[in-house]
Amino acid sequence: MNTSLAAHASLPAAPAKPPKRRRVLPGFAPTLGFTLFYLSLLVLIPLAAVFLKSAGHGWEAFWDAATSPRVLASYRLSFGAAVLAALINVVFGLILAWSLVRYEFPGKKLVDALIDLPFALPTAVAGIALTALYAPNGWLGEWLVPHGIKVAFTPLGVLVALIFIGLPFVVRTVQPVLEDMETELEEAAASLGAHRWQTFRYVVLPTLTPALLTGFALAFARAVGEYGSVIFIAGNIPMVSEITPLMIISKLEQYDYVGATAIATVMLAFSFTLLLAINGLQAWSARRNGIEGRKP
Amino acid sequence: MSGAASTLRHGPGHGARYQDNPATRESPWVRRLLLGLGLSFFALFLVLPLLAVFTEALRKGWDVYLAALIEPDAISAVKLTLLAALISVPLNVVFGVSAAWAIAKHDFRGKQLLITFIDLPFSISPVVAGLIYVLIFGAQGWFGPWLAEHDIKIIFAVPGIVLATLFVTFPFVARELIPLMQAQGRDEEEAATVLGASGWQTFWHVTLPNIKWGLLYGVILCNARAFGEFGAVSVVSGHIRGMTNTLPLHVEILYNEYQFAAAFAVASLLALLALVTLGLKQFVEWQASRSHRSEA
Repeated sequence: MNTSLAAHASLPAAPAKPPKRRRVLPGFAPTLGFTLFYLSLLVLIPLAAVFLKSAGHGWEAFWDAATSPRVLASYRLSFGAAVLAALINVVFGLILAWSLVRYEFPGKKLVDALIDLPFALPTAVAGIALTALYAPNGWLGEWLVPHGIKVAFTPLGVLVALIFIGLPFVVRTVQPVLEDMETELEEAAASLGAHRWQTFRYVVLPTLTPALLTGFALAFARAVGEYGSVIFIAGNIPMVSEITPLMIISKLEQYDYVGATAIATVMLAFSFTLLLAINGLQAWSARRNGIEGRKP
Repeated sequence: MSGAASTLRHGPGHGARYQDNPATRESPWVRRLLLGLGLSFFALFLVLPLLAVFTEALRKGWDVYLAALIEPDAISAVKLTLLAALISVPLNVVFGVSAAWAIAKHDFRGKQLLITFIDLPFSISPVVAGLIYVLIFGAQGWFGPWLAEHDIKIIFAVPGIVLATLFVTFPFVARELIPLMQAQGRDEEEAATVLGASGWQTFWHVTLPNIKWGLLYGVILCNARAFGEFGAVSVVSGHIRGMTNTLPLHVEILYNEYQFAAAFAVASLLALLALVTLGLKQFVEWQASRSHRSEA
């Protein structure tokens, strides 16, 4: 974009750009066609199947399956633990992003690289590793269980797994915003007599808010649907530590397709809502940083 | 845009420029407190689980470790995992490149909606992703009776595993390329086309060299997910040993049979792969920032 502007500027009488851009580059029809075909075949039509199947079973069957007491208990755990895990990740993700951008410490590059571990490590591996750590004979369980803190095979274990899985999201959404942020506003605040905390609270934090919210929403969305890392540590006790994705699996194992489809419909509706919210948040974030964060 | 947390970045910047400036500096004890909190969280949730995998894997010695890796069921799990990745990664690369070409190099209505649809698999629970294919190809599904008549097995067979892997790895390459190609604009491609290059020539000689690091980055992430997917594959696999078991499913079976050392041995293989993935990511980020700097 910059090069084209420069080229235009150097011409003394550059012709005004036509109001509508003419299509110059080839390959539009085949690439868009293939994209739509592949997307429909693999994602859209199979997803539509869930809604059609669910509608085909009738409202009553759907409602009974989606709101049975055991399923309701699983919603409470899945959504509750996911919100809590995402909130914890907002706090510590901000601290980690701040440390990585603003401080120097030995091993910083290694820490920065390992932050993405939950994206790269298969969830089943994370699940058994966390269980081994927090089981009564594990490295951490040995210390916690005698003090009456049981993590493995309780809802607390679900929370631990969800914190692990959501950890990179907040760090990775906040870090680039912090890096792009100009120090001039902070300097201005300091020269006007603001304390460091006031500067952070009234100058830095508002700039970071969209990124923090986006990170929260991404971590939350991931945590609600998470399965592999949770089932090992959860213990899967009915009404106590069963997560919603596990309910779908257990319905499937009993060949209860109506029940599995109904719960999946609830989860899908939630995913769509959250995806729209995330897109809105990121558009907001981009607008805000476009105005405040860009270098001249 | 749920993939935003994993887009190509350039390593951490230098923190000294903030600490040399009195306006952006915290008092030493605040700095120590934040670093201490952040790094303890990091050690507790990322380093300890990783160490636990390798310690548990070697608890019963190298003989048990190696035996777990060369037993026939493990070998067939490795083969199936490789097969699923070898099919799904190239297909998603073709899709990603063509979607990015259509979206970034052309204007059309509904572009934002298309991008949102491409993001869908990121925000859907892997268990639901597996379920949608059961609803279509399973015994009770839309094509179930027809498939049974023609003796074609998709669910509880290899094709189902490939489909589930395709679904969960679907957005990675596209998500990486779309913002990258949008940021690069169309001037270079338009110049090539005006000078008489064909669409393919333009892509090979102009676009591809510009996007190669982003593409590689997407492939690395896509591949890591393909190797490690658990929930979606678990639903469609049927857990038939030596037939439809991928590596993560093999870990689960061994773990549930209380063969902990063997389970962690196989898990350590996947953890090593995750570390290689992170190393490759670092390398690509370094290369990308180098070529970025040489251009500037």
